[in-house]
Amino acid sequence: MSKFFSDARLKRQRWLDLLFQNVTLLFAFIVLALLAGILISLFVGALPAIKAFGFKFLVSDAWNPVTDEFGALVPIVGTLATSIVALLIGIPVSFGIALFLTELSPRWLKRPLGTAIELLAGIPSIIYGMWGLFVFAPVFADHVEPWINDHLGALPLVGGLFQGPPMGIGVLTAGIILAIMVIPFIASVMRDVFEVVPGVLKESAYGLGATTWEVVWNIVLPYTKAGVVGGIMLGLGRALGETMAVTFVIGNAHELQKSLLMPGNSIASALANEFTEAVGDLYTSALIELGLILFVITFIVLSLSKLLLMQLRKSEGRQS
Amino acid sequence: MDGQLIQNPKIQVRNLNFYYGKFHGLKNVSLNIPEKKVTAFIGPSGCGKSTLLRTFNRMYDLYPAQRAEGEILLDGQNILDSKQDLNKLRAKVGMVFQKPTPFPMSIYDNIAFGVKLYERLSKREMDERVEWALKKAALWNEVKDILGRSGNSLSGGQQQRLCIARGIAVKPEVVLLDEPASALDPISTAKIEELINELKEEYTIVIVTHNMQQAARASDYTAFMYLGELIEFDKTDTIFVKPSKKQTEDYITGRFG
Repeated sequence: MSKFFSDARLKRQRWLDLLFQNVTLLFAFIVLALLAGILISLFVGALPAIKAFGFKFLVSDAWNPVTDEFGALVPIVGTLATSIVALLIGIPVSFGIALFLTELSPRWLKRPLGTAIELLAGIPSIIYGMWGLFVFAPVFADHVEPWINDHLGALPLVGGLFQGPPMGIGVLTAGIILAIMVIPFIASVMRDVFEVVPGVLKESAYGLGATTWEVVWNIVLPYTKAGVVGGIMLGLGRALGETMAVTFVIGNAHELQKSLLMPGNSIASALANEFTEAVGDLYTSALIELGLILFVITFIVLSLSKLLLMQLRKSEGRQS
Repeated sequence: MDGQLIQNPKIQVRNLNFYYGKFHGLKNVSLNIPEKKVTAFIGPSGCGKSTLLRTFNRMYDLYPAQRAEGEILLDGQNILDSKQDLNKLRAKVGMVFQKPTPFPMSIYDNIAFGVKLYERLSKREMDERVEWALKKAALWNEVKDILGRSGNSLSGGQQQRLCIARGIAVKPEVVLLDEPASALDPISTAKIEELINELKEEYTIVIVTHNMQQAARASDYTAFMYLGELIEFDKTDTIFVKPSKKQTEDYITGRFG
């Protein structure tokens, strides 16, 4: 024993431990440094635009490179609107998929369906964009948008959102394409967290005579809420920042429209479209400020999800 | 033996066979479970005692590869019938598991959850029901001031009594206990056994246990099972003092299992 654990050997191990600890600390620190670096460079790049337009940049819908008038309202609204549409469609569908896969599906169907969802998540976004523009948009324009106009457009209050020429491209189309893109992410996260719910916990609820729906809604969802919210945030993060697919189908029009059927713009697609042609410092700076705003929006969304989780935890009863 | 033994059976098991896929888990089991008594199932691991218990509320139905053949009559009605409403059956036949399984909600809601599935009660009636169930489970004094706390914040023994309270809150007729004390310390175990003794005044209780002393202490009737077969079923005293089968004697004297 004493020979094996000689002093020199112990010393060397202590030293190695220390080294290992510091190397991992360094790696972890890189994350923080990167975050700070990106934030600072965005801010520095955006400074000319911030100086020129101030707070007005956020609420102005002007976008005129010729007269150097820029405002972020249209892309902000477009980004939020497409993401909200994506989540409104994506969350219930994903929940249904995950519910079916974990609770209801016959065993032989589980694996092919699960694999299909993972494959769907792996399709590059440009393919979604092309498919959206060349296949989905024409069909949508011919068959769905007239129906939307006639039926949803006649609704009180929200009717205005659904009126407009059936062009196929626009904010709604972008939202639907985004929904298709985020569903695999949300559904597979939901399925994974639903599957870790202990069998006995579900059996206890079934044992009281609960139906599958009651078990899922009252037991499985509360038990997995952190994971479910996390999955939704993952999807929302993707929707907010998605560039290629949205650029293809949103229409890229810098005009504020009331209707979801009209073309609009999102922050990410404005950046992708215009960086190459941005001449003049103020134009470039305005685009960088858009990027900064996207960063901030994502940050706000993440913070809100943490708040939501804290709220949900309260409803579970105090822990101590 | 048991045809004469049990005068008014709550549950009658007739030629029950159970399969996990191709594995024959229960072989032609027949016995009568007496009303408002405690019946214990004992036997070594894998003998089928939990399997038999889980047929009484058809919990196995959740798993597609598992199936039962034969008859189980609850108050004379065959619950294995495909027309049997499972939710109603499970409201009538409650179950408590080996590990405590509090739902991810407050202590109060843990009890109220099951009740809400079947009854519409006013806030006051629900308060009374929650108090009643917690008192029955001998937990009220410990939790009456912390009903808003998470069920997970309780100790293991308290959680298990919470699960029992949750089970009786829906006013079942039969309570199935699947090794309810095997994950608990001796003091909590004693409390659970005391509780079982009180509950049999009103409920028919079936308990699966690994612990033979527990079966001897807590039950009125005992069934010894081995390799999917019911070896012997009799009054607990008879089983432990003068078993008629050699296998039973070997098991309770600790020669195997």
